Amino acid sequence: MSALLEVEDLEISFGALDAVRGASLEVRRGETHCLVGESGCGKSVTALAVMGLLPSNGARRAKRLAFDGKDILGLDEKGMSRLRGDRMAMIFQEPMTSLNPAYTVGSQMAEVLIRHRGASKRAALDRAAELLARVRITSPGMRLGQYPHQLSGGLRQRVMIAMALMCDPELLIADEPTTALDVTVQAQILRLLADLQKDLGLAILLITHDLGVVARTAHRVSVMYAGEVVESSPVDRLFHRPMHPYTRGLLSCVPVPGKIRRDQPLGSIPGMVPHVTRGFEGCAFRQRCPLTRPDCAGPIERRHPDPDRDYLCQIAPNEMAAP
Amino acid sequence: MTRPLIEVRDVGRVFRVRSGLLGQPKRVVAVDGVSLALMPGEVMGVVGESGCGKSTLAKIILGLLEPSEGEVLIDGRKLSGMGRRERAQLIQPVFQDPFSSLNPRRRVRDIVALPLAAQGGISSAEVKSRVDRMLERVGLDPSMGERLPAQLSGGQRQRVAIARALVMRPRIVVCDEPTSALDVSVQAQILNLLAELRREFGLSYLFISHNLAVVEHVASEVAVMYLGRIVERNDAESLFRDPRHPYTKALLASVLTPEPGLGIPETGLGETMPDPANVPPGCRFHPRCPVAIERCAQETPSTQKGDSGLVECHLAAPA
Repeated sequence: MSALLEVEDLEISFGALDAVRGASLEVRRGETHCLVGESGCGKSVTALAVMGLLPSNGARRAKRLAFDGKDILGLDEKGMSRLRGDRMAMIFQEPMTSLNPAYTVGSQMAEVLIRHRGASKRAALDRAAELLARVRITSPGMRLGQYPHQLSGGLRQRVMIAMALMCDPELLIADEPTTALDVTVQAQILRLLADLQKDLGLAILLITHDLGVVARTAHRVSVMYAGEVVESSPVDRLFHRPMHPYTRGLLSCVPVPGKIRRDQPLGSIPGMVPHVTRGFEGCAFRQRCPLTRPDCAGPIERRHPDPDRDYLCQIAPNEMAAP
Repeated sequence: MTRPLIEVRDVGRVFRVRSGLLGQPKRVVAVDGVSLALMPGEVMGVVGESGCGKSTLAKIILGLLEPSEGEVLIDGRKLSGMGRRERAQLIQPVFQDPFSSLNPRRRVRDIVALPLAAQGGISSAEVKSRVDRMLERVGLDPSMGERLPAQLSGGQRQRVAIARALVMRPRIVVCDEPTSALDVSVQAQILNLLAELRREFGLSYLFISHNLAVVEHVASEVAVMYLGRIVERNDAESLFRDPRHPYTKALLASVLTPEPGLGIPETGLGETMPDPANVPPGCRFHPRCPVAIERCAQETPSTQKGDSGLVECHLAAPA
């Protein structure tokens, strides 16, 4: 069965800046695919490009961009807006990005169903109440009449999730959905997403910088660095045997309770992410890489240590020591 | 016995907040009866979620906010009677967002030099050499001194903030979420730098963070705050190995360690959120507590002291 979302060789540029350079990934039904990387690596614009929501100064090209087997690269704005909020929905780090402060929770949730499905106001509000209960908000009837500012951060995030589910989407794109939340609330929201996925068969593309979130939620992971997917793997093997030197560096930076000792330095990646402009060649990580060698400045090979894994590096799997 | 560098005695802070134009002013209890002591060479981690009062506590300890009650002693002397200069030589802050805590119109060099200039009596040649040395020590080339904060990355800006804090050679640094705005690889660089500087300059840190993994890595002692109170405190090793308070347990359980296959923890906390404008009667944690009994809603738990730690809960014994 083909994947629900297929992205092949996606390129995004803003003027002379190449934000994404040939990224490929697939999201399967019922699966969570985590797109992980640090600020500026291109993970959020990748999501926006899939939704057709790039700012107007951004240009998108791809070899293939398909949803449910059908090309969406050629869709016009009208066609995309029919898809958005209906079969694919998106939630953001800051719920107020998608919630309108001037409307009640109920009226903006109902609007989605009225617009996409031509539902009656009554039916739409019933559906909204049902979904608020589904995202475990108590007394949904009361919440429907409230304004976003009357809700706590965790509740707003739940409302946004419920709103994204109004039309029973097949794909949910979540951009750092728990980054602004406290840890206990983060755990609650991620658990909710996992339960919804199980019940509804949702495919989730989860964008995050947090490797803990990745480890606990992902089936598959794509690691982005400077606009490229430098490694893609099923989650367990990525953590047990990371291949790309950037992935290895990133994992060593995270303090793991019980595993690292106080007063022992954390691993760290020296230097900073380079500015990548038009015509950049070679591996973008080479200046920071402990394994760098002269051929890293030339074209880089994508290697496949297993059939379902790949990484972008000059160093072959058998030359790569165990981390 | 050695004297604590920071001693916080029964400190409280109440804000009056008016909601809306005609709303009744509300009493917001940000910090309520907090006591703690930071011993020389230690790192006291303060953890808790948004609204627990940890940043208000930091501001009180830095002398940026007056406590409504109680007192703070720095190196045995009352903070309230201390002049700015004297205070600046003892205690310095590093805040979360180096962008808003650094003056955007001043060169890095002037930002770092400001505490020295404020002291007066130091020649400009001496100021320059101390600033250069400090920039180098925090991993910045002295030529960076000519730049403006906007021309630096987040990690570099945080290094500037650290240089500014250390240029006076204080004994205590209060770090309020120093790495929360940074990427993980940069966070690791900054945490490693803070650890090196602590050893080198014999510093003590009060380290405030919502990230428990970070606190476990850096702290020798940990205080857990909930709605303005310290509900549990212990040495870091014991607290992480053997948490006693149900809130501490839930917090620790919520930490998503990068270990695949463990799934997402069930916290058992429900959806009620703590509101400092509306502190519940009895135990302030009882509306969210998964093990609360009737007594918890009526009776405020007292502070129980154990061998090494303290805890405030009807159902837990201190460690």
